[in-house]
Amino acid sequence: MSATLTDKRRAVRDPHWLRGLMIGGTLLAAGLLLLLPLAVIFIEAFRDGWRGYLESFNDPYAWQAIRLTIIAAAVAVPLNLVFGLVASWAIAKFDFFGKSFLISLIDLPFAVSPVISGLVYVLMFGLQGWLGPWLSANNLQIIFAAPGIILATVFVTFPFVARELIPLMQEQGSEEEQAALSLGASGWQTFWRVTLPNVKWALLYGVILCNARAMGEFGAVAVVSGHIRGKTNTLPLHIELLYNEYNSRAAFAMASLLALLGVATLAVKTIIEWRLRQVQLASLEPSTVEPS
Amino acid sequence: MFSPTTTYRTLLVAVALATALATGCQQSTTVANSSSENESGAKPGREVRLLNVSYDPTREFYQEFNESFAEYWKSRTGDIVSVEQSHGGSGKQALSVIAGLEADVVTLGVEPDIDAIVEQGGLIAPGWQKRLLYNSSPYTSTIVFLVRKGNPKGIKDWNDLVKEGVSIVTPNPKTSGGAKWNYLAAWGFVLQQELGDLKKLTDPAAKAEVEAAQAKAQDFIKQLYSRVEVLDSGARASTNTFLQNGIGDVLLAWENEAFLALDEAKKNGTEAPELIVPSVSILAEPPVAVVDKNAEKHGTTEVAKAYLEHLYSPQGQQLAAKHFFRPALENAISAEQRKNFADVKLFTIREAFGDWKSAIATHFSEGGVFDKIYQPGN
Repeated sequence: MSATLTDKRRAVRDPHWLRGLMIGGTLLAAGLLLLLPLAVIFIEAFRDGWRGYLESFNDPYAWQAIRLTIIAAAVAVPLNLVFGLVASWAIAKFDFFGKSFLISLIDLPFAVSPVISGLVYVLMFGLQGWLGPWLSANNLQIIFAAPGIILATVFVTFPFVARELIPLMQEQGSEEEQAALSLGASGWQTFWRVTLPNVKWALLYGVILCNARAMGEFGAVAVVSGHIRGKTNTLPLHIELLYNEYNSRAAFAMASLLALLGVATLAVKTIIEWRLRQVQLASLEPSTVEPS
Repeated sequence: MFSPTTTYRTLLVAVALATALATGCQQSTTVANSSSENESGAKPGREVRLLNVSYDPTREFYQEFNESFAEYWKSRTGDIVSVEQSHGGSGKQALSVIAGLEADVVTLGVEPDIDAIVEQGGLIAPGWQKRLLYNSSPYTSTIVFLVRKGNPKGIKDWNDLVKEGVSIVTPNPKTSGGAKWNYLAAWGFVLQQELGDLKKLTDPAAKAEVEAAQAKAQDFIKQLYSRVEVLDSGARASTNTFLQNGIGDVLLAWENEAFLALDEAKKNGTEAPELIVPSVSILAEPPVAVVDKNAEKHGTTEVAKAYLEHLYSPQGQQLAAKHFFRPALENAISAEQRKNFADVKLFTIREAFGDWKSAIATHFSEGGVFDKIYQPGN
């Protein structure tokens, strides 16, 4: 009996060498392709020690780039948060004509290359574009200025929050909201007490991904920036500029800042994923207990 | 532990932090501005902003020149001028200005790029070349070679570039101003070699001879570009390909870009390449112009004009020389400084190609000579 049992076990298990090969291969690939470049950024940034590293930050242009990056993210993230909530609410809780079209439309920025989205803004707001002459006559500057950069950032980060919320809200359905309403809660109360608590972790997850992309975006922003030093350079653009000026130490110091942001994002994301699982497990518990 | 209120509070704190950081930086910059104003003395001047949209290799030069101009302008008018800079490939920068990048002045790599702003944007009045001395080119440069240490392939002149086993790095002449100069320099070299005197190009009696020389030049260019390993979109990208990535035996480069690369190699202690000056090369004239419409709109016409004129002043010419550009004015630099620039026989684009318009039409337009001779992957 014991012989057949071990045979069976072997049949459902992969051989050790194969498991070793797969795990080893994955770790090696992850190390070479992901960890090594990350390490290189920090090694290059600290080539001249702490002093050299901090010196790279003693540059008003760098601070301006950091400021513009934060401003772009500070506008794009709340905007996308509100839009994401509204859109996913509408899509998950109501039925209307053109719903699937709206879902596809939200995905558009994922499907279009960032360079194209930047060029679209140039064609719309550029001096030779549709609105350009009117904007120029009224002394309004959109592209090659902060508004253009913010617009481009909003565009590329558009789907992040909605994309996280729609599947979750669709899965949850509207029974809880209906119950709340039938018990006399107002629409506003239902939203704050029922809907929002149900999606808060997914929402936070979307916001964090949205923020990471908003701060790291290069392609679309590069097209509408105009690259004016100290004025329209975001952090990723400033990094390219420093590299092109043979200033690789400062370029990598700035890159390390973005990389740190990425690492922090991953850490928060991991915590949230863990929380999401906990919440899901907790919601499953009563149903598994009851039948027994 | 993770109650909704704490979550919202964390979010609030994060937003508050971000805003504080943003406004904090703003405050620090305004403080810096006001303190520099105080230093200027009793007469509080007007603050003027200028935007100079330029091409790749001038970054370091204009950084220093802007300070020199600000000093000069303050002593003349009491106004505080801060010049903003934007750099990139010359053609791309011209397109940005056409699309609404509100440059007060443009300082680009080749004449056709400013012509494009005249024709497509209508932002500069025609005839801008005549407004300043030397076709509005306050500094010039030429095309030289950078080779690996010890010159292992023995490259001394243009002919050596098409020897067996030589691989070349130069940018794409369709997108890069510097690359257009590279291409035209090589073409002009063959004409010079075949004809002996470029005046024959306009001599009807030498028609057959000229045609033979043009055919030879085309053949030479074809061979040269068949040895190009990487065709980057801009001059600075090509320099990085050659130096940082170690690709190619020879880089065709602006003289100023080559000197800068040697300087950087010395600073970083990396293996320095060697600079080779060919027997003949082209006189590259990067032009400058006030963008009339934008300057009028900003009320900066006067200061923009003065900015470009300052390029011709002794300080401007000295700074250009310091950053390895050849000053346009003969007596601007000492004989000692003049020695830094190799005494190479230079021909102008007018001597070898008539003018820029016909050079562009023949060589770089859609279906032009470059399209005929260059097949990627060969």
